[in-house]
Amino acid sequence: MKAFLASLSLALGLAFLPAAVQAQEPLRIEITEGVVEPMPYAVPSFVAETPEAQQYADQISRVVADDLTGTGLFREIPREAHIAQVTSFGAPVQFADWKAINAQALITGSVSADGAGRVVVKFRAWDVFAGQELGQGMQFAAPAEGWRRLAHKVADQVYSRLTGEDPYFDSRVAFVSETGPKGERVKRLAIMDYDGANIQYLTDGGAIVLAPRFSPSGDRVLYTSYQTGFPRIHVLSVGDVQSRILQAGDGQMSFAPRFSPDGRMVVYSLSQGSNTDIYAMDVASGATRRLTSTPAIETAPSFSPDGSQIVFESDRSGTQQLYIMPAMGGEARRISFGQGRYGTPVWSPRGDMIAFTKQNAGRFHIGVMRTDGSEERLLTASFLDEGPTWAPNGRVIMFARETQGAQGASALYSVDISGRNLQRVRTPAGASDPSWGPLQ
Amino acid sequence: MSHFTKALLLVGALAASACTNANRFEDDPALSRGTAAPATGPIPGSVDDPTSTAFFQQRVGDRVLFAVDQSTLSPEARQVLDGQAQWLLTNTDYMAVIEGHADEQGTREYNIALGARRANAVMEYLTSKGVSPARLKFVSYGKERPVEICSEEACYAKNRRAVTVIAAGGLTG
Repeated sequence: MKAFLASLSLALGLAFLPAAVQAQEPLRIEITEGVVEPMPYAVPSFVAETPEAQQYADQISRVVADDLTGTGLFREIPREAHIAQVTSFGAPVQFADWKAINAQALITGSVSADGAGRVVVKFRAWDVFAGQELGQGMQFAAPAEGWRRLAHKVADQVYSRLTGEDPYFDSRVAFVSETGPKGERVKRLAIMDYDGANIQYLTDGGAIVLAPRFSPSGDRVLYTSYQTGFPRIHVLSVGDVQSRILQAGDGQMSFAPRFSPDGRMVVYSLSQGSNTDIYAMDVASGATRRLTSTPAIETAPSFSPDGSQIVFESDRSGTQQLYIMPAMGGEARRISFGQGRYGTPVWSPRGDMIAFTKQNAGRFHIGVMRTDGSEERLLTASFLDEGPTWAPNGRVIMFARETQGAQGASALYSVDISGRNLQRVRTPAGASDPSWGPLQ
Repeated sequence: MSHFTKALLLVGALAASACTNANRFEDDPALSRGTAAPATGPIPGSVDDPTSTAFFQQRVGDRVLFAVDQSTLSPEARQVLDGQAQWLLTNTDYMAVIEGHADEQGTREYNIALGARRANAVMEYLTSKGVSPARLKFVSYGKERPVEICSEEACYAKNRRAVTVIAAGGLTG
C-alpha cells in the first residue's frame, strides 16, 4: 500500500496550451448559506489514447462526475443531451454546442495506459460561456489499481477552481463496519475512500472495536478495542496493518482517543472507579498527563487545529455539555448553553467551528457552532445521529445514523455544513464511527 | 475437612434464604410448586445446585437495573446485591466481572463512562459487604451489548444494567 501511495505521481500545472488572457471574472460558484442553484456542467467520456486505456476512460469520467454532483453544488448534464462529441483531447472545444445545452462548465480528459500497469489521465476545465479555459490543464499518473484516485484528483482540481475552496475528494475514511443483529453486532475496523469505494478491513471482528481516529497525516489510526476483554486504546499503522496497545493500566478502561495536530500526542478518556477524566499521552515516550480532575464524566476530547486548546464534553453541570480548556489542562469554559445535551465535539480543520452531537426532546442532531458557542446550527435530525467528523476542507461533515427498533442498523451520511445535501455514503454493510482522514 | 463442612453449611443457609426471593428474574414453576426436588439432591452445576453459576444467575439474580442516566442503586438492586455478596462470600473459588451497560439513548463515549459508573457502583457495594476487591473486576460495554433490542422504554429499562458474571479461576485484563 505504501509503495502504491508513494508511486502516485502528480504533474502539477502542466500546460498544454497557453490560457487565453482573462478579461472577465472567472467562472465561480459561491458557497453561501442561502439556496444554491447547482451549476450545470458536462463531462463527456474521457478519450482513450491507447487500447488498454479504454476500460478506464469512461470509469474515470464517471467518478469525476459522481464527485462533483455529490457535492450538491453542481448538476451534470446527461450525456444523452450532449451535442458535441469529444473524440480527441487536443481538438478545439465546440463552445456553441455546449452553450446550446446550457453547460456552464465543461471538463474534457484523456486516459492512456502504458501496458506496464500505469494509467495517465489528462484533463482540462472550460468556462463555456466565456469560451476560455479555467486554469491550466494537468495530468496525473498512478498504477492501474489507483485509477479511482486519479479521478478524485481531477475532480478535486475542478472543485477547487469552481468554488475557491480546498478540495477533499482524494481522501479516506476510517470507520467501523457492522454486521449481525443489534444485540451481537460484529464490528470490524475498516478504511475506505471517502465515497465508500475500496474498503479495506483492518480487524477480523473477533473483538468489539469502536471509534477509529485517523492521524493528521493518515499514517496511523487510533481505535478502542475490547480484545483484552476491557476497552483499551490501540494504535494501528495503516501501512503494514500492525497494531499495539497504547495504554494498559490494569483495571482501567481507556477510550475516546484523538491525535494532536502534530500527531505526537494522544488525548483520551480514562475510567478509574466511577470517574472518567481526560488524559494526554506522548506517543513516543508513553508519558501521560492528567488534564481534568472533576468527579464528572469527561470524554470526547478534540484538539484545535493549532494544538493550543481542547474541546471536550463533561457532565459536571449535571448534563453533558461542551467545554474548551488549554491543551495542557486548566480552567475550562463552557460553550454550549442551548436546550438539551451536547456531546462528541470535534474542532473543524479551519479552526472556527465545533461540530457536535445534540440530544434534545428524544431526538438526536448533528450541529455546528462557533468556538464561543454562538451561531449554533442543527444540520440533521433523526432517531439517532452521532459522531461527526470533518472533511479535510471543513465544508462537509460525515456522521453515523442508526435507525430505530429491533431491525435498526447504522449507516454513514454526509451533509454540507450549510445543512444541505444530506447523502448516504454507500457501504456494503452497516457502518458507524467515521473518521475522515487528510487529503492524500 | 472441617473447612469443607463449614462451607457446605454456609451453602445450605444461602440456599434456604435464596429460595425466598428466587423468582425475581426467572419464573421457575417447578421450583415454586416444589415438585421437582430430587430425593438425591440437586444435579451438580444445575440451577438447583446452590454452588453453580446457574444458581447465581437465576436464583440469586445476576443483574441490577438503573434509571435513565443514573448509577445509584435502588432498594431492589441492593437486595439483589446482598444475595450476590453472600453467594460470593460462600463460593470463594469464584471471581466475578461486573459488566456495566447503557441503553442506546446516548453517545457512544458517554455511555462507556456511564456503564463504568454503574459497574463501579455494584463493585463498591459488593466490597462494602465484605467481598474482596481482588476477586472483582469491572468493565463497561456502554451501549454495545443490549439484551433487549426494541427502541422503547420497556427494552431500555432492561439494558440499563450491571451484570455480575461469575468466572472460575483467575481474571486477566
